[in-house]
Amino acid sequence: MKAHLTRRYRFSASHRLHSLDLSDEENRATYGKCNNPHGHGHNYTLEVTVSGAVDQRTGMVCNLVDLDGFVEREVISRYHLENLNLRQEFAKLVPTTENLSVVIFEILQRGFHHAHLERVRLEETMMNSFEYTGTAEPRR
Amino acid sequence: MVYLTRKAEFSASHYYHNPEFTPEENLRTFGKCNNPNGHGHNYTLEVTVKGEVDPRSGFVVDLKQLKEIMNHEVLEAMDHRFLNKEVPEFFQRIPTTENLAIACWQRLETKMQKARLHRVRVYETPDLFVDFYGEE
Repeated sequence: MKAHLTRRYRFSASHRLHSLDLSDEENRATYGKCNNPHGHGHNYTLEVTVSGAVDQRTGMVCNLVDLDGFVEREVISRYHLENLNLRQEFAKLVPTTENLSVVIFEILQRGFHHAHLERVRLEETMMNSFEYTGTAEPRR
Repeated sequence: MVYLTRKAEFSASHYYHNPEFTPEENLRTFGKCNNPNGHGHNYTLEVTVKGEVDPRSGFVVDLKQLKEIMNHEVLEAMDHRFLNKEVPEFFQRIPTTENLAIACWQRLETKMQKARLHRVRVYETPDLFVDFYGEE
């Protein structure tokens, strides 16, 4: 029987929202305070949802040790206490939480094969969050 | 269609062990959760039902009834219990959060009257939960 498993992780990072395609004035108008040249930071909460048949022998969709290990190695250690703008993936891409959700989804989709990746949900603050499900419709 | 979710909390202990595995395999697969003396969690159960709003009552489902079903079917059986030893589903099956969500669904599904069960979510901790949508 198929179940969905969700795990929450935390990391803190700084960023500045500034698009190379916009003028300085347009950037200030679009991003407001987030365009401050010195950047600012957030405590992010990352939710990763995977799905699959529950293995009869272990009772698990996938072993949490594998999921935690992958996320720690490939996501948390990459972004925790870092400046997102200095990462190569954000050299030309504005590190909004929308774009960060997509980047993290793609890291997981490329490298984590112990269960099917359903969704990445990223809370930038307690008041806003973003979800990305790739090409699939989000599940209610 | 309207979706309605009700929460409940219960506390229980469990351990993970497959008798077909060697002791080494059990330890490798389940780690600390393999300790036969068990350990406990404060679980949160979220039950989501779906249905049309009854024009006379304005309800999808009578919340009091849903609460009673959840209390009777899940909480009375599992709250302050050792799942492996006291809940029949787990005499053979390993009481992982996955299997716990499936067991809650199976206990609740047959008792639902007007509204249809949509999802059972079981939080083992605030940072780990499992969703079950029935057999797909």
